[in-house]
Parts: sequence; C-alpha cells; structure tokens
Amino acid sequence: MTLTQAPPQLGTAARAVDVWKVYGRDEAKVAALRGVSVELRRGEFTAIMGPSGSGKSTLMHCLAGLDAVTSGDVYIGDTKVTGLRDRALTQLRRDHVGFVFQQFNLLPTLSARENILLPLSIAGSKPDQAWFDRVVDTVGLRDRLGHRPSQLSGGQQQRVACARALVARPEVVFADEPTGNLDSRSGAEVLGFLRSSVRDIGQTIIMVTHDPNAARHADRVIFLADGEIRLELRDPTADSVLDTMKRLDAAARA
Amino acid sequence: MFRATLKGLLSRKLRLTLAGLAVVLGVMFVSGSYVLTDTLKGSFDSMFTDAFSELDVSVSAEPKTVGEEHGQSTPVVPASTMEQIRTLPGVADVTGQVRLDGARIIGSNGKVVTTMGSPRFGASWAGEDSFVHLREGRGPSADSEIAINAAVAKAADVRVGDTVEVLTLQPKRSFTLVGIYGYAGGRDSMSSAHEIAFTLASAQELMLGQRDGFTSLSVDAADGVSHAQLRDTVKAAVGGDYTVRTREELKEHAEDQYSAGLGFFNNILLGFAAVALFVGTFLIINTFSIIVAQRTRELALLRAVGASQRQIITSVLVEATVIGTLASALGLAAGIGVGSFLGWIFGNITDMTTDGARIPAAAVISSFAVGIPITLLAAVLPALRAARIPPVAAMQQAATNDRPMTRLTVSGLIVTALGSALLGLGLAGDNAPMLLIGGGTLLSLTGVALLAPSLARPIAGAIGRLLAWSTPGSLGRLNARRNPRRTAITAAALMIGVALVTGMSVIVSSVNATLYEIAKNDIKVDLFVGADTAGVADVRLDPTVVDRTRNISGVASALGEYSELAEVAVGGRGPAMEHVSAYADLPMMASMWSLKPVAGTLGPLGPDQVVVDSGRAEQFQLSVGDTVSMRLAKGQPHTVTITGIYDRSGVMGGWLGGMDLVDDFQNQQLQWAFIQLDEGASESTVRAEIEALVADSPEISVSSTENLIDRASAEMDQVLTMVQVLLGLAILIALLGIINTLALSIIERTRELGMLRAIGLRRSQLMRMIAVESVIISAFGALLGVVVGSALGLAIVKALESDGITVTSLPWGDLGTYLALAGLVGVVAAIIPAIRAARINVLAAIATE
Repeated sequence: MTLTQAPPQLGTAARAVDVWKVYGRDEAKVAALRGVSVELRRGEFTAIMGPSGSGKSTLMHCLAGLDAVTSGDVYIGDTKVTGLRDRALTQLRRDHVGFVFQQFNLLPTLSARENILLPLSIAGSKPDQAWFDRVVDTVGLRDRLGHRPSQLSGGQQQRVACARALVARPEVVFADEPTGNLDSRSGAEVLGFLRSSVRDIGQTIIMVTHDPNAARHADRVIFLADGEIRLELRDPTADSVLDTMKRLDAAARA
Repeated sequence: MFRATLKGLLSRKLRLTLAGLAVVLGVMFVSGSYVLTDTLKGSFDSMFTDAFSELDVSVSAEPKTVGEEHGQSTPVVPASTMEQIRTLPGVADVTGQVRLDGARIIGSNGKVVTTMGSPRFGASWAGEDSFVHLREGRGPSADSEIAINAAVAKAADVRVGDTVEVLTLQPKRSFTLVGIYGYAGGRDSMSSAHEIAFTLASAQELMLGQRDGFTSLSVDAADGVSHAQLRDTVKAAVGGDYTVRTREELKEHAEDQYSAGLGFFNNILLGFAAVALFVGTFLIINTFSIIVAQRTRELALLRAVGASQRQIITSVLVEATVIGTLASALGLAAGIGVGSFLGWIFGNITDMTTDGARIPAAAVISSFAVGIPITLLAAVLPALRAARIPPVAAMQQAATNDRPMTRLTVSGLIVTALGSALLGLGLAGDNAPMLLIGGGTLLSLTGVALLAPSLARPIAGAIGRLLAWSTPGSLGRLNARRNPRRTAITAAALMIGVALVTGMSVIVSSVNATLYEIAKNDIKVDLFVGADTAGVADVRLDPTVVDRTRNISGVASALGEYSELAEVAVGGRGPAMEHVSAYADLPMMASMWSLKPVAGTLGPLGPDQVVVDSGRAEQFQLSVGDTVSMRLAKGQPHTVTITGIYDRSGVMGGWLGGMDLVDDFQNQQLQWAFIQLDEGASESTVRAEIEALVADSPEISVSSTENLIDRASAEMDQVLTMVQVLLGLAILIALLGIINTLALSIIERTRELGMLRAIGLRRSQLMRMIAVESVIISAFGALLGVVVGSALGLAIVKALESDGITVTSLPWGDLGTYLALAGLVGVVAAIIPAIRAARINVLAAIATE
C-alpha cells in the first residue's frame, strides 16, 4: 500500500444502530443515549459536539468498545462490538482502535519512542519502520524520541499520544477533548496534525469536543443534546459551529 | 486540624490496615507469651493445690556435695532425722517418701519408654489419697510388684498382671504390674511426668541405692498446730542442713520450678515478636511515606492555607498514634487468642486442666508499650518529609519524585561501617558479648537497608532483565525501578528475614562441615559404646564392658571414659563448673583423638595430674606446672597439677585426668567406651558382638563415628529449622509489605493502567506486569539478604575459628532455596494487587477529572 495518495475510501469505519445507554434503575433511571444511530465514514474527520451531559463522551466510549450499551448495536469496521467479551474487546481495541486522551496519558517510565510503539509491543508485532518514520515526521517529534514525557511540553506530549494512536494503523482513532489541556497554539498544532493525518493518510478520526474552534477542523460535526443527535454540519467553519450551538441552546431553553 | 487528620485516616483505612498488621503480629507475640505463661501458671497452681492437699509440712535435705548442688545426685534425708522429728511436739505423724527421676520402663515393644523431656519418676507407694486414685488393681505390697500411672501405662502399652522390666540405678529387673493409677481431675499424669511406684524398700534400694533414707519427709501437724508453727519447730530441731516448707511454700516452690521451664518457650515467642516488629517498622515507614507522597498536594494545600510545619508533623503522628493504638489492641486480642490456644494445647499434651486463659496486666501494658512507640517511631521520618513539602506544591502538576539519594547513601555507608565495626569488635573478643554482636548485626542490616535505594536501580534492573522478555515484563521491570526508595524499603523487609536465616545456615553448614572434617581426620575411634539418647536419666555403662570388649577378636584397643562436672578454682578466682574426664590410659586417649601437645606432654598421668586444652589454659591463664583446686562430687578438693596442654582445635576439650579422680566421682560408671578395630576387621561383626555384650542395657548403643556426627549435625539442623520458622514469619510480614506497596502503587497509577487497558493490554498481560514488578522487588530483597547474611555468617564463622570451627562452608543449596522461595513470595504477593488492577474500570480510570 502506498501512503502518499489520499484514498477516498468508501464504507463505514464505525457505526451505531439505535444505541441506548441507560444508567441506574427505576425512578433513578437516566438515559445518556436515546436511540442514537450514526455512521462514520472511512477517511473522514468527525467531531461530536454538545453541551455537558449531552452524551457525547458516552457515545464515543460506546463506539470505541470501552463501555457497554444498554441496547442497540455498535460496529467497528465489519466487527460487531456489542456482545464481545473482554478479551476480544481488548484485542479489538489493540488492533483496530487508537485513542487520544485529554490528559495525554503517556507512561512516564517510557521514552517518547517507546510510548509511540507501545500498542505494537503489547501486541507483540514489529513496527513498520517506514510507517513509523512517516508518523514521527508528521507529528514533528524526530528529535524528541529519546525524551521522557516529563521532559516534553504539553503539546509535545499530546503529539506523542497522537503518534501512538496512529502507529498501529487503526480502523479509527477516537480523540476525547484532545486540546482540552493545551494552550491555543499547541491545540492548533495538534488539530492541524489530526487534520493532515486524515487528508494524507486517510485516517478515520472521531473527536469529542466542546470547542467550536476545534470542531471547525473536522469534515463533519454531529451535535448531540439530551442523548439524541440533533443536527449535523458538513465542512464547518468556526462561525457556523458557533451559530448552530446557539440555535440548539435557544431551542433547549424554549 | 485533628478533625481533618481523623477524617483522612478513615478514608485511607484500607491502606493503613496492612501496615497495622505488622504491628498486630508483633504485639500478638508479646502479649501471647505473657498470656501463655500466666495461663500455664494457673494450671500449675491448680495441679499443685490438688497434689499437696494432704501435706502439712515437707522436709528435704540441703545439697552438700558438688554432685548434689548440680543435680547429679539427690541429697538424702536419713531415717534418723525422721525419728528425731517424730518425737517433736506438735507432730502427729511423719512419713518418708522416695521420688526421683530415673525409673525407665521397657514397653511391650521391647524398647525403653521415653518422654519428651519430662521426668520418669521412680517413687515409693504411699497409698491412695484425695489426689492419687487407683484406676485398676492395687498398690504394690511386695518388693517385686509395681503400680504405674496411667501415662506410663499408655506409653508402654502394658496391662495389670503383665510382667514388666524396669531400669533404675540397678540393671534391668522384672516386676509384676499390680495397679494403674491416675490423679484428681481425671489427669493421667502430673504435667506429663511418668511415675512408677515401688514399695518403699524397693524405691529406696533402686532409686537411692540405700535402705535408710528418703528424698523427703511429710510431717502431719497435731490438732491445733498451724503449719507455720510446725515448720518453725521442725526447722529449729533439724538445723540448717534441711529445707522445711509449709504446704503453701512447697506449692510456690514447685510452681516456680515448673514455670522456669517455660522460659525457653517464652523466649521463642519474644524472638518472634522482635523480628515481627523490626521488619514491621520498615512496612510502616513505607506506608506512611507513600501516603505522604500521595497526599503531597493535599498537604501543600494545608500549608498554603496556613497550617504550620508543626501541625503537619502532628497530624501524621496523630495518625500513627491512632493506628498504633488500634493495632496494639488488635494484637492484644490476637495474643490472648494465641496464648490461650497454646496453653490449651500444652494442657492437653501434659494432662493439665487449664482453668481458661488468664490475662495478666503485663500483657496489656506491654502490648501498648510496644505497639504505640514503634508505630510512632516509624512515622517520624515520613512526618518530617511531609512537613518539608512547600506550599507551592499545591499548584504544581506533580511532585518531583527524583530526589537525590546522596545523603541516604552516605548515611547508609556510615551506618553499615559502624555496624560492621561493632560486629568486628564483638567477634574479636574472647567471650563475644552478645550485645555487641546483636547491635552490630542490627546496625549493619539497617545500614544496608539505607543503601538499598541506590542499589535498587542497577540491581532491580538487572534482575528485571531476566524477566523482561515480553512487553508486560519490561513494563513491570520499569515500574520496579521507578521509585527506588519504595522498592528498596519494601525489599529491605524481606532482606532482614533472609539475612538472618542465611547467616544461621552458613554457621550451621560450617559447623557441620567442620564436624565431618574432624571425624575424617582426627577421630581414630571406630566404635563408640554409650547412651543413645541424652535422656533425663543419667545412663551409664558398666566399666567391665571395656575389658570384655578387648577379648573380642578384631578389637585392637578399648578405652573407657568417666566424666562429671567439678568445681575448678584457680588462684583467687571463683570456682567454675567444668567437665572433668578420667581415663586409665591418657596416651591412648591422645592417639584416639589426635590430641597434640602445645606445652608439656600427654604421657601417662600420676595421681592428681591433669592435662587441659589450650582454650581453657588461656582462659584460666595457666601453664604447665601450675596447680588448680578441683572439687569433685565427693570428698575433699583435689589440688591437681597441670602436666600438659593440648591444642584446642578438635572436638575434644576440657580437663583430662587419671583414674584416681574417679574415686571421688558420684557416678563410677563409664560415660563412653571408645573402641579401635584391627586393620581389616569387620565393623559389623565386631559391632554385633559388642551389642550382645550390652544387650542387658537397652539404652546403650554402639555407634560409629559417622552415626555420632550425623546425630550431632541433626541437632544443629534442628536449630536451623527453628530459625527457618522465624524466617517464615519475617517472610509473611515482608509479603504484607509487598502487597501494600503494590496496592498503593496501583492506586497511584490507576490512570496509567486504564490507558494501557484502553490501548489493548489484556487483563492477563496487566497481571503479568504486576507479578514481574512484585518478583523483582522480592528477588532484590532476597538477593540482598543472601549476600548480607552470608557476610554475617562468614564473619561469625571466622570469629569462631579459635573455638574449632575451621571449615567455612556456604550452603549453596539452601541459599538457592531461599532465593527461589523469595520468587514465589513475589508471585503470591502479586495475586491480590493484580486482581484488583485487572478489575480497574477502564472508563473510570481514564475519565477526565
């Protein structure tokens, strides 16, 4: 496979079908997701937005196989995630899913290089040197590979985390508020990098965020409120995102 | 501030439980030993109250000879004294008894019945009373009849009507068993003692060797005469050669004697307590350190809002006090449980009814006096560290973990050097003072524990390399190196136990190796004839056996050894109890044992001439030609002249003299007969013939040198086993420590573990990662322990060189076992933390705060 071309890959990377997520029982029952159905296409950068408590993080956790759904089905690629046991789920995450967290979540005992290669060494597989080089160059960490996380800035740490998510060539990368802990400049760098990995490598990325500025880097923005999908935008701008948010807010208040 | 402390304490109760457990264990052994002692004293009390219920005043003779003073023989009350007392005013009746250790029955299996160290009394039958009850048959009425207590009947498996054989001062003799008796309260024995009752005349002849004496008199008071009055009357009449006691006094005396026997048991428990508390201290220091580290931000916040350093220290110490108090209380409760349980077991073994556990005030006081200060002491360092946290740490992301360890390393080196110096000083001395050796050992161990953090990175890293063949393994290895202080102190707890037992193993192994070396090179005796067990009764050998063995074909030479304790006084120095042996032929003795003269000669001895080993010569500052005063069991002291000094390197030591000394020995029978065989003679044939010669003495056996050495080394191995049990306890506590450290680390690393699971680490891989960290910590501890312990052991062996331990031997097999055991401990310790880690909810762990 050549990596230079931007492949307009078809098909879905992840899919939710009438997904319900209910916490608690009886009177204390709270539905975080109420029958969400969504298809996330390959090679697309999707942002999931919504106010606190809208269920955006829950949706991402369910899609990523980190959380079990109450009803409905979740697929990653062709694999049905719902109903898988822990071992199979773990393997699925290891081989087909990448994660970027708000808190970077790097292992302080490992160097940047070792952190990036961690998913591969857990799986016991050999890194593809050309791919590794390309990922490293894309995130611009070539001269920092021997450093420990404590010797890196927040932005650099998050770029290491991004590289870690990409190195195993997962079906889909889930990014949970990846810029939440970064200043605006580092945040922009990380977003630019995610954007380019979609454009150049054809990576599928699903990002949860509440920041309109972050969302504007996506191809598609899905708005959630009260556990339901309300709206979606294609090729958003910061203004259109902000606008939509305002409208939803007003609708909620009305 | 106090409210905050207590609330914090409750929220961390799980983490503190493990640290507290070490204190609980230590305190348990302390209080358990007190409870046990007191409980057993209670049952002795009830037993003797029953036993002496019909006695008013008892009279026994004061020891007059060396033999009597040292329990080699018993002072006898002559019949004339009994008659004298009978005529005194206030005396209603006097009866004389004989009751002495040394009556051995031969059981239905043809073997002499032995006990676990309790006496085998031969006594005069005094009829039934409120304490002694016949269960079957009757008391002995003819000199050929005996009755036995139920414990003997059970052990010997004999029934009334059987003909049984009994060994006493006299050789084997047959009796008809006419009765079996027990004691009040359904007891089969008095504190597991065996007793055979003869007629008075038989008892006198067989146990005392004389017809007109007793071991004690029982005096009955006439109506209206108090025991104290009667005692004073009797005492005034018989004079200072006798001990006169009332029933109460006799009871107390007996109880004291029995309780003294418990001292050994007590010391074991206290030894356990010391190890538990010493190791536990490390556990507590570590737990508090981790908690302080985890609370850095919280403590910094307290400082930022105005808490003083003193308040921070106080809050940690208050926490320690609460834990210490709780742990002491729990330890006390556990100790009461353990003490009464052991008491119950002891009671069952020894036929004593225990009236339930007794809890002396000392148990309660010592529990808290030990538990609280130790916990506080261990918390002081972490408290000081907590106080040094700057307020600004509240604002920082994370506290820096990597503080330089230079100061720690330097102080570790100093303490280790100090400890080694003390140890060296202690070992260099002639009579090595235990305080110096013990203190030196303790200091050295502490010093190495201080050095451990700087060793942790390289050594734990190297050990880890062996286990880091997979990603989980190498992650575990990195975690073990992550916080060297924590790894080190956790490992140090294990190190102490392993070091102690390794040291002991090295000593035992060297002593055994020396014994075998000597047996091979120096001992030219082929067969030994003597008692096969060091029993309570002094089993001796008929001297004519030596002459008779000489007639056996294949025997080249035979020599008898007489041996006893004597008081030896040199110049103005007070008398010391010393072993004195006598031989008919000293040159033969010297050649049989390869004794080499360092001064004078080892030729034939004249009257009142002795030779002595070089060690004693040095100790008493003697040289050839000097005289010493030697008081033997009987007669006037001898003034003996030293004609030779032999090299003290082999197993043989002590004062060796000629046959003239034997005349004043209490026991004029042989301790041993040494046999040398002709070249080419068959050992088994000769042995069988000698065995036939001593067939009448079932307690005498014929052994080869190997047999004897094997027996001696088996005894050494028993000591080692005791120490290994101690190690078991230390390992248990170290195990708690490792569990504690891992559990706390897992809490600290929850987010990390969640991330690892999220990106695809399987549960089994996660558990393996934790197991590897655990095994590295324990292997590091065991390795330190084996190295330090070997060094300690070798130092002590070196110091014992002048005492004859000339071979140093490292027991590689044992050392390997200890290391393997440590690996196992690591795996076991990892189980619970690994399961907890595997259960971590991935979502909760990575969820943003």
